[in-house]
Amino acid sequence: MANPALDRALDQLSQAAEAVRRAAEGLPNVPDAAAQAVHVASGGVVDPLVFQIAIFVLAIFVGYYVVWSVTPALHTPLMSVTNAISSVIVVGALLAVGLSASGLATGFGFVALILASVNIFGGFLVTQRMLAMYKKKDK
Amino acid sequence: MGESVAAFLYLVSGVLFILALRGLSHPTTSRRGNAFGMVGMAIAIVTTLALSRPDFGALILIVLGLAIGGSLGAYIARRIPMTAMPQLVAAFHSLVGFAAVMVAAGALYSPGSFGIGTAGAIAGEALIEMSIGVAIGAITFTGSVIAFLKLDGRMSGKPIMLPMRHVVNAVLAIALIALIVAFVDTQSHGLFWLVVLLSLALGVLIIVPIGGADMPVVISMLNSYSGWAAAGIGFTLGNLALIITGALVGSSGAILSYIMCKGMNRSFLSVILGGFGGEAASGSQDLGDRTVKQGSADDAAYLMKNASKVIIVPGYGMAVAQAQHAVREMADKLKADGVQVKYAIHPVAGRMPGHMNVLLAEANVPYDEVFELENINSEFAQTDVAFVIGANDVTNPAARDDKSSPIYGMPILEVDKAGTVLFIKRSLASGYAGIDNALFYKPNTMMLFGDAKKMTEDIVKALAE
Repeated sequence: MANPALDRALDQLSQAAEAVRRAAEGLPNVPDAAAQAVHVASGGVVDPLVFQIAIFVLAIFVGYYVVWSVTPALHTPLMSVTNAISSVIVVGALLAVGLSASGLATGFGFVALILASVNIFGGFLVTQRMLAMYKKKDK
Repeated sequence: MGESVAAFLYLVSGVLFILALRGLSHPTTSRRGNAFGMVGMAIAIVTTLALSRPDFGALILIVLGLAIGGSLGAYIARRIPMTAMPQLVAAFHSLVGFAAVMVAAGALYSPGSFGIGTAGAIAGEALIEMSIGVAIGAITFTGSVIAFLKLDGRMSGKPIMLPMRHVVNAVLAIALIALIVAFVDTQSHGLFWLVVLLSLALGVLIIVPIGGADMPVVISMLNSYSGWAAAGIGFTLGNLALIITGALVGSSGAILSYIMCKGMNRSFLSVILGGFGGEAASGSQDLGDRTVKQGSADDAAYLMKNASKVIIVPGYGMAVAQAQHAVREMADKLKADGVQVKYAIHPVAGRMPGHMNVLLAEANVPYDEVFELENINSEFAQTDVAFVIGANDVTNPAARDDKSSPIYGMPILEVDKAGTVLFIKRSLASGYAGIDNALFYKPNTMMLFGDAKKMTEDIVKALAE
């Protein structure tokens, strides 16, 4: 009569062991899940591209309102100054010249650097020259 | 310098660029705005150098490149005549476009320096952004070169209509997309250059059929494109300054295109499809007995001297004749005689947005005497003399009255409501739109035939007597 009782006890024991094993298996998942939760909260799992797109879209709106506020008399300087600032593409040229391992990439970067520099200096200076001409009536 | 600090500084330079545009809301704040722009650019350049720490050899190359380009740019900026601003801006756009192509090529051949992967294993995202940047950049480049040639008179301003051009363009556009997909998939350098070549061809084909007087739209559109190209490269590099600037410039150019289209009452699509002008479209209006009253410089001087209010309406012809200084001299003489003088500018006068305003500013005309169409149109009825110099279609009453006219609906300066209209013109030839101007035959119009500059100088002499 002792045998069935022993069997049952053994059975329960193995079940308990199994439960412990399962619990132990599950354990490492706990900090992982927590980390993931923190990650989500801080935006870590969101692709940086999404943030870049967000900035891009917001900047389009800023541009929209700012440009509508530009007086039509200054539309030509607006074009020359937007031209100058779009030459901030020079940062790409600087990286290509400064860091490239390949000779070709350095060459491409150098060409881009010269073109962008023409635009930066030419664009800002010609804008300055134009804006200096806009004068009020001298009373 | 840490990446985060650098990102922050790029943001600062982006904000300074916004302030640069904001300053242009008024002439008095505009100079400070331009200074903000320069500071923003300096911050972006210094940040990039501090972040990448190029070795000595590379640093020398960088200084050399900046010096060559910078001195060339400064020289051009100082020497360029104001009448040549449209071509200069077109030329500058082409440089931005080409620089975008070169930077993208640099990123493709040396992805490590841009943090987008290793050669042959560039992140797919970066490849897509790069292709968009390079395609728009290449279109901007050749498109702007064509615009430059047309504006500079090295190529006829007449639209060049290739057979089946819409079909050809559509096929090229589809091929371009297919090539980009293949390039993103294979990262093949050959495919990259094919994308560049195809985009270069598209740029030429898009601009060639567009006529000279539609240039204000074209130049604004290319302005917009150069912005989108910069933004595409900005995404590739993950650079905030470039993304913000691209968005600003892109929307700025788009708004200017919109304003220009509205000024001509044409849809953006019809301008882009091209072919407007050149062909002799004749309005079917009844022009009456078509007698023209002709006057001399003395007559014009007499009329204006005895007027109490004169409005001067300049157009592209004034720029061509370089007559802006003579016009200002004439206005000075009239003001000395107690005549009130104002200037009226049509949104599409000239070859680029704001072209006339810059020329008048160059001739020392105070900006508070210069008015936009919507602010001055109501004043013509109380004006004794409207003096039209080098403008034509923008004063044509047919745009208001004749429903069959090709320019019907275009906002015009209502000079015909003035007591007398003085119209300087070389001949009775029609304007750019190829339409006869009914204004020439109105009883209150006096035609002054001759070169705009010569005629104005003669009037100045007659006023002095």
